[in-house]
Amino acid sequence: MGELAADKHVEYILSVEKRKDSVESAVMEHLRVNGAYWGLTTLDLLGDVVDSDEIIKWIMKCQHESVPSTWWKNMDDDDALCLQVVLLVMLAIQVLALFNKLNVLDVDKVSNFQILLDCKMKMDPFPETSGEKSIHVFCCVAALAITGALHYVDKDLLGWWLCERQVKSGGLNGRPEKLPDVCYSWWVLSSLTMIDRAHWISKEKLLKFILSCQDMENGGISDRPDDTVDIFHTYFGVAGLSFLEYPGVKAIDPAHALPVDVVDRIFFRQ
Amino acid sequence: MNWEEDEEKLLPSQRPEWSDVSPLPQDDGPNPVVPIAYKPEFAETMDYFRAVYRADERSPRALQLTHQAILLNPGNYTVWHFRRLILETLSKDLQQELDYVSKIAEKNSKNYQIWHHRRWLAEKLGPDAAGRELKFTEKILSGDAKNYHAWSHRQWVLQSLGGWDDELEYCHQLLEEDIFNNSAWNQRYFIITKSPLLGGLQAMRESEVKYTVAAILANPENESPWRYLRGLYKDDPKSWIHDPQVSTLCLKVLTSSGTNHVFALSTVLDLLSHGLQPSRELREAVDTLNPASSRLDSQENSSSTKDSLGNTICSVLEHADAMRVNYWRWRKSQLIV
Repeated sequence: MGELAADKHVEYILSVEKRKDSVESAVMEHLRVNGAYWGLTTLDLLGDVVDSDEIIKWIMKCQHESVPSTWWKNMDDDDALCLQVVLLVMLAIQVLALFNKLNVLDVDKVSNFQILLDCKMKMDPFPETSGEKSIHVFCCVAALAITGALHYVDKDLLGWWLCERQVKSGGLNGRPEKLPDVCYSWWVLSSLTMIDRAHWISKEKLLKFILSCQDMENGGISDRPDDTVDIFHTYFGVAGLSFLEYPGVKAIDPAHALPVDVVDRIFFRQ
Repeated sequence: MNWEEDEEKLLPSQRPEWSDVSPLPQDDGPNPVVPIAYKPEFAETMDYFRAVYRADERSPRALQLTHQAILLNPGNYTVWHFRRLILETLSKDLQQELDYVSKIAEKNSKNYQIWHHRRWLAEKLGPDAAGRELKFTEKILSGDAKNYHAWSHRQWVLQSLGGWDDELEYCHQLLEEDIFNNSAWNQRYFIITKSPLLGGLQAMRESEVKYTVAAILANPENESPWRYLRGLYKDDPKSWIHDPQVSTLCLKVLTSSGTNHVFALSTVLDLLSHGLQPSRELREAVDTLNPASSRLDSQENSSSTKDSLGNTICSVLEHADAMRVNYWRWRKSQLIV
């Protein structure tokens, strides 16, 4: 099996900012703030190899043009299963939890919503109405984990659907018959971790898959082997390796999507 | 709608028609953390947008301004929302607006705001819009057969505006092109269960089972038709376990050599859990697949023969679907009563 080229990935992340004329830079134009999160979290997960001066320089350069995009959807719309809604609910819960303000929410009502969504998806014999199915699952499970409502989830049924996402190559897909993608190492594996069913996939095969998606020369990780790398997949690949306990990669919190020591620090301060 | 490129390049401050408006800057608060350095044209356009939005000015110039804001950020929901208000107030031609949003969608086929806008327009236009919307989603799907937005929109159109007549045939075409297209199987299920023209799931079951069995036999490793088959018996497990077509199918797949047996085995396991009384042939077929080492461990307890078959199936799957060995071990542990 290959190894994690951590140094190369750090170089890659720090270099992306410099390559303003690159295709990737242009494509990522509207995602600068997100890119900051992905890049910075990955650097932190890779722990020891990071040069904090470089990072600070990089952060200061990150004050770049970013086109704000509002994701609010009309709440009168019947389609409450929209990914935006579950994502926003999860994000709200994550932020409130970090600020120790979960009490401002009617946690029961919110949990019920996420549970209903989860139930509906499972009761549907052909749960295929969403391409972001695995992402929906993650949002629901993370929200329920933070609000202490995971006992409502049928972990066996959900775990089964999630572990079926592993394909022959060892990678994980988002829904039946789709190609594997490194980013599902996050969406699927974090969900499996939260419901205690991560042992239902072959960790070794997934590890091999993620490592095979690295660009060993220039750094970075792609969605699948031999494709072009990007910050998004570099982050999700390293986060996946964190769940797989790859030596040298820090632990990441599956519900907050932040390094465990960062989450602990925030909660400890409260 | 004015599409002239020269017009689009001029910022509001450069146009005399905007001279009466005071642009409203974004309020980031007194000590913004990591303030975003917007491009000047973006900042100015949004400053003018905020002004007309605050004043609730629903005019032709405001409509044009929303277009410029959309070009800068097609994901800004507030801009689309205000655009809708203006379209209503000015009683604009909504078919023309569909032309507009189709153009914007060319480079943004997965943008939620655009699809939402489209749905709003179609809803206003009513059943007459159905044909156009089905054509539009067909075009998107021809380039990306699994685009969730397109499928979601198409399902909404069918349920709200109609146009069911050719949908089953459309699904059939997609499956002819790619029998592994899970989205198309999903759509087929949607049609069978929801179309007012077809009589519902029970009425369609017979013909659909035949269709699905043929698809499975052609490609037993195809996950989608196996799931579809299970779905045909939703809420009716008794029919599922008693339908000879189902157990015959499983037997056929299990006795074919060089075939992927995983889904067939998994199906038999589920059938057993719902009360299937397995035939001798089925037992023998499963036994044949059992690796020699596992046969030594399998229980021959006659008082729990169903469990011993389930046990054997799990043993086979631990090898045949080795990636999920821990899951199959867990399933086996659940068989012991």
